[in-house]
Amino acid sequence: MGILEGEKVTKFFGGLAAVFDVDFDIDEGEIVGLIGPNGAGKTTLFNLISGSLRTTEGEIRYQGKRITNLKPHQICKLGIARTFQSVKLFGNISVFDHVFLGSICGTATRARTMNAQRSAVSLLELVGLSARKSDLAKNLPIAEQKRLELARALSTDPQVLLLDEVMAGLTATEVNSFTSLIHRIRDEGTTILLVEHVMQAIMAICDRIIVLHHGVKIAEGLPQEIAANKKVIEVYLGTDAYAEH
Amino acid sequence: MDRTRAFLKTGLFPLLLLLVLATLPFYTPPYTTVAVTSILMYVVLTVSWAMFCGPTRYMSLATATFFGVGMYTSAVLGEVLPFPLVVACGGLFSFAIGLLTGFICLRLRGFYFAIFTFGLNELVRNFMLWWEAKVAHTVGRWVVLMDSLSIYYYMLAIVTLTILVAFLIGRSRYGLILFSIGESEEAAAHIGINVTRYRISFFAFTCLFMGMAGAVMATKWAYIDPRIAFNPILNFTPVLMALFGGVGKIYGPILGAGILTLASEVLLSRFPYYYMLLYGLLFIVIISFLPDGLVGFMRKWRKAPAVTGSVI
Repeated sequence: MGILEGEKVTKFFGGLAAVFDVDFDIDEGEIVGLIGPNGAGKTTLFNLISGSLRTTEGEIRYQGKRITNLKPHQICKLGIARTFQSVKLFGNISVFDHVFLGSICGTATRARTMNAQRSAVSLLELVGLSARKSDLAKNLPIAEQKRLELARALSTDPQVLLLDEVMAGLTATEVNSFTSLIHRIRDEGTTILLVEHVMQAIMAICDRIIVLHHGVKIAEGLPQEIAANKKVIEVYLGTDAYAEH
Repeated sequence: MDRTRAFLKTGLFPLLLLLVLATLPFYTPPYTTVAVTSILMYVVLTVSWAMFCGPTRYMSLATATFFGVGMYTSAVLGEVLPFPLVVACGGLFSFAIGLLTGFICLRLRGFYFAIFTFGLNELVRNFMLWWEAKVAHTVGRWVVLMDSLSIYYYMLAIVTLTILVAFLIGRSRYGLILFSIGESEEAAAHIGINVTRYRISFFAFTCLFMGMAGAVMATKWAYIDPRIAFNPILNFTPVLMALFGGVGKIYGPILGAGILTLASEVLLSRFPYYYMLLYGLLFIVIISFLPDGLVGFMRKWRKAPAVTGSVI
């Protein structure tokens, strides 16, 4: 039994199935990539897991317990944190206070709240934002904003971390340092599910990949299997047969 | 040493001011006391309005409602309970009504919330008009009178409490959480903040001060009816005063309320016929030239960097 499971997860927007009958099973300590062309339903699936959207059908379980349609703050408190594709920081709040807030609000127990200051400091060190700690979030360059998104999610001390395109728009060097950062986070015991378009990163980071297309899961497997999967290649590159649709 | 110095830096001026205000009636004519009482009242309303609406960016237009609830409490309970208890009840009833309002409408966002709260005041006023006429068979109510000196000291106590609470919240974790909700509701929810609960409870909490102020001020007017108690003008005045002062620093709403109340007193006595006209012009000038209020102006003037993470 995995730490995070989905069974026939479905979301309709009116008549459109944004996510349809998707099953997934993520084991503790895994890094799983979620890929697919634009509009495949990756972010929608994230929103369903993190509670921003209500599922139309299906069930999501965390540590064996049903979490379908809980509120976002409840899901966070249980131990699932997320970042946003379009960065959603608290613009006029300092970098330090972002992680401080996460430490006192997230999965916080009383003991952890007492140590919030200290854990915020060490977390900023981990993501390399110590020098920026008193800057306002809105004044950071985009790469650092993305790091802060990640740091804030981590500050809630999650068991499962959902990363929505944290590497989009970063330079190759930045992607590399992000990659090693994600590995480090996993090594400290956090399970990671990530949506990413940067293929180089996906292939390097993930233990396993799930491919969505038009809301349906079309493939699942090891990175090298996915890279060789015919259906996946068709979806990404298109074929004559596919173009006729 | 550092602590003492920090305390002197932030605490000295307010303490001196408090001392001056506390001794004011001993060396000024009675008129001053009365005028300062009304300044204090507006400071309470503006600061408590800004306490919620500043950090969360929700515009409430129901200040009059919560103030009026306090006034009615005073009218109904004034003869039954000792006055300090009446004031406490005024605050508590306002808190209760605020809680109820919050449950109904704090799920609404931005603009819709503002309109709803304004509608609420109309609803309460008309309901009270109906109730007084049909059920209580009266138009208005007499309120137990109090001398202007006692009123002054009650208001001074409430102002001190309001400002102290606003200041402490602004520096607390609670304040930081409220501020984060205003910055991004969605992100706040996703780091484990129960946005709705915080918003409703804090909204109701700020109503407490408005209700207490209402309970005290009712004794000054001696007679109230729903039109006086739920006067819609009072929904807007605190907003304008807070905008004039500027939110983001605690002295903004205080200065705004102080200066504008003083200005309206002066205008009213010097130009009784053009009073509203001049007051209106003053507002137009303020909004056009001081979009961020006095706080913004001072910041620009001193070329100080933007404040970080402060709440009101």
